[in-house]
Amino acid sequence: MTENLDVDVCITGGGVAACAAAVALRQAGLSVAVLEKRRCGAGASGVNFGGVRQQGRHLAELPLSRRARPLWDDLAAVLGEDIEFEATGHIKLARSEADMAELERYAEAARAHGLELTLLGANAVHQEMPWLGPQVIGASLSPTDGQANPRRVGPAFARLARKLGAVVREFTPVRHAVSTGHGFTVTAEGVEVRCRFLVNAAGAGGGMLAQAFGEIAPVTPLMPNMLVTEPLPYVISRSIGVCGGDVYVRQVRRGNVVFGGGGGWLDATREFARPASDQSLGGMMRTLQVVAGLAEAHIIRTWSGVDGQMPDDIPVIGFSATEKRLIHAFGFSGHGFQLGPVVGQIIAELVTKGETESPIEPFSIRRFGAESSSDSRANRHVEH
Amino acid sequence: MTEARDPVIAVIGAGPAGLRAAETLAAAGLRPVLFDEALRPGGQIYRQPPAGAERPPAQLYGFEAAKATRLHGVVARAAGRIDYRPETLVWSLAEGQLDSVGPHGYARLAYDRIVLATGAMDRVLPFPGWTLPGVFTLGAAQIALKAQGVALGRRVVLVGAGPLLPLVAHQLRKAGANVVAALDVTPFWPKLANLPGMLALPGTLAKGLWYTARNRLAGLAVQANVQALRVEGKARVEALVWRDAAGREHRIACDAVAASFGLRSETQLADLAGCRFGFDATTRQWLPQVSAAGRSDIATVYLAGDGAGIGGADAAELRGERAALAVLEDLGRKVDGARQGVLDRGLARHARFRRALEAAYPFPSHLLDNLPDDTLLCRCEGVSVGTLRDAVGRCEVTEMNRLKALTRIGMGRCQGRVCGQAAAELLARACEADIAAAGRLRGNPPVKPIPFRKIEA
Repeated sequence: MTENLDVDVCITGGGVAACAAAVALRQAGLSVAVLEKRRCGAGASGVNFGGVRQQGRHLAELPLSRRARPLWDDLAAVLGEDIEFEATGHIKLARSEADMAELERYAEAARAHGLELTLLGANAVHQEMPWLGPQVIGASLSPTDGQANPRRVGPAFARLARKLGAVVREFTPVRHAVSTGHGFTVTAEGVEVRCRFLVNAAGAGGGMLAQAFGEIAPVTPLMPNMLVTEPLPYVISRSIGVCGGDVYVRQVRRGNVVFGGGGGWLDATREFARPASDQSLGGMMRTLQVVAGLAEAHIIRTWSGVDGQMPDDIPVIGFSATEKRLIHAFGFSGHGFQLGPVVGQIIAELVTKGETESPIEPFSIRRFGAESSSDSRANRHVEH
Repeated sequence: MTEARDPVIAVIGAGPAGLRAAETLAAAGLRPVLFDEALRPGGQIYRQPPAGAERPPAQLYGFEAAKATRLHGVVARAAGRIDYRPETLVWSLAEGQLDSVGPHGYARLAYDRIVLATGAMDRVLPFPGWTLPGVFTLGAAQIALKAQGVALGRRVVLVGAGPLLPLVAHQLRKAGANVVAALDVTPFWPKLANLPGMLALPGTLAKGLWYTARNRLAGLAVQANVQALRVEGKARVEALVWRDAAGREHRIACDAVAASFGLRSETQLADLAGCRFGFDATTRQWLPQVSAAGRSDIATVYLAGDGAGIGGADAAELRGERAALAVLEDLGRKVDGARQGVLDRGLARHARFRRALEAAYPFPSHLLDNLPDDTLLCRCEGVSVGTLRDAVGRCEVTEMNRLKALTRIGMGRCQGRVCGQAAAELLARACEADIAAAGRLRGNPPVKPIPFRKIEA
């Protein structure tokens, strides 16, 4: 039996941005349905590294990231959940003079956005972190950045959305979405939703939904390959990245060291990403070069998940170019976790006011050019 | 058409099933690669002491000494036709490739066929005090005895829910340990009711009765139908308190407890291989689906021994040989049909025996019904039973992977191998749902912890 829902806003996808949007829309008094194909917060929102980082972001993302940052200070209280957020600082390491020059350039550009970074020379960085490998010759510290437990944030947003009256359906993949002229009809597993606004927050599936409305968004699956050690004495007090991005590592308070290495692979279902053993070993080797103290440690678990990667490494956020009340927010390319809460607010602003103060022009789907073939415009449905 | 090369057959585990599989493959002219985590072949059941600490097989393995000795000699008799890799953990498996780590570091092997003979471990259920120093599993008691010649303490209490209990009691007593009590958490009457079924293997049944009789003669009667358990002690075990069917509490002073509640199959590699799993309602665990000949639903993956459902050591030998014959048959080699028939008939007898045995030792559900909230459930991550119940009540958790994400249960060193089954049972109770609906933890590599150190070896 198919259930029928009539709401102001239907959101496809149940990640942090989607559920944060549901919360903000409910607070604005609108009715909301969230359709998630598996479990809320279990996709890219839940399997990522857990970095809450402004440093190193694409400059186009910095205004959003700056706006997101203070939200994290209150998030535990808002969500009523210990999300293990801690402003440990984020330090980005240089392993060559060219790296150092890159950090200097970035620090200057970031200052224009109000983000103060501290450049550290070799002596200073080794003094602060005496366990770093010898190839580190300098660093850039962002003291206000930090880390959180991604497995808790998404589900907590989903619970809050539900508590505020949003309809949240898990294991409800969207089959079709069609424009009705003044809104949309969304057909999903077991439910048909009629809505005025449709929000496409479907992650790696966002491209297909956009395509159903005649838009091009060349999103490809991105599968981070993550590893974690057994609990070790707490030493790595900051979240660490490197120029080039091939090492990122943090230690949680209970002692486990979390780090990434390369990419995983999509299994036969094309739905589940799995960690790749050769990538894991490569990640272990590179991380060991930076954090030599891990030599006696063991890896207890590896994992992966699916995010949407855009060719230019920044997401699609904003109104559709073809459909008046369709709003996109997907393709966060492996660094959407910190942005999630603010993207939720931006979506709500677009729905309620038709605009947002945040500069989202760089994220417009128009940058990929519109599909003009009448065939695809007529055939507005999607399978995913 | 002739093959350009011999197919690469990997066998994982050098217990009764893996050794028999490798032996059969080698006899057919192949050169299987046999991986094993232990230093010497034999598996858990026929574990060998390390070099320099040998004792006579009869002393170590009792009635089973001849079988153990025969299996221990498999690799040597194959004279190079088995590529034997001891002390090597296969930690990942995907799409025809396996990753191992051993004395020579990390390595990868592309295989054409693989026989998973990964064995079993004790099924652990939590009870107050179960993580105090001095509490072991029955399997651990056997390992200490066989490998090191060590009894656990001066006054030992054994707790079980399966045929291992009278056996370990007998073995420990013979080794000179003072076993002060043997407690069975399952009721007595199903054992009587299922005696006819166990006659499918009269020899095995006779041995079980003999252990029980010897224990009794030595003044050790197994106490059946134990309702609840609690270990007391400050820094280590001081006493075990148990409750009988009439609700009376009994306190036994002791310095060691060995407790387990049946066995569970080690299925992580089958999971990584992508085998289809089904829920087995009798043993209440998820098992890879396997044909009587040892074929999984994946053409290149075969399963043998206790890793594909508990069957015991003798059945494991038959299953190992049978799976190897299935491999050979699937490779288009000629196999001995008469031998296949012998194995299939033997396995059918074992299956009848096993059904009766499982009915004789039903899953001790009652132990989990009234656990106090402060009982530790996941010892790796330090998560209590109360935290699980709270997560269910507060966060509407109904499934194991979400439970893990929110509470860390099953996220630590053991990856749920120790706590997973109890967590699923407790989750089902807390949501008042069927245990099968709680699902199972999604497997990810490594199946056991892997070291950084070996990367540069």
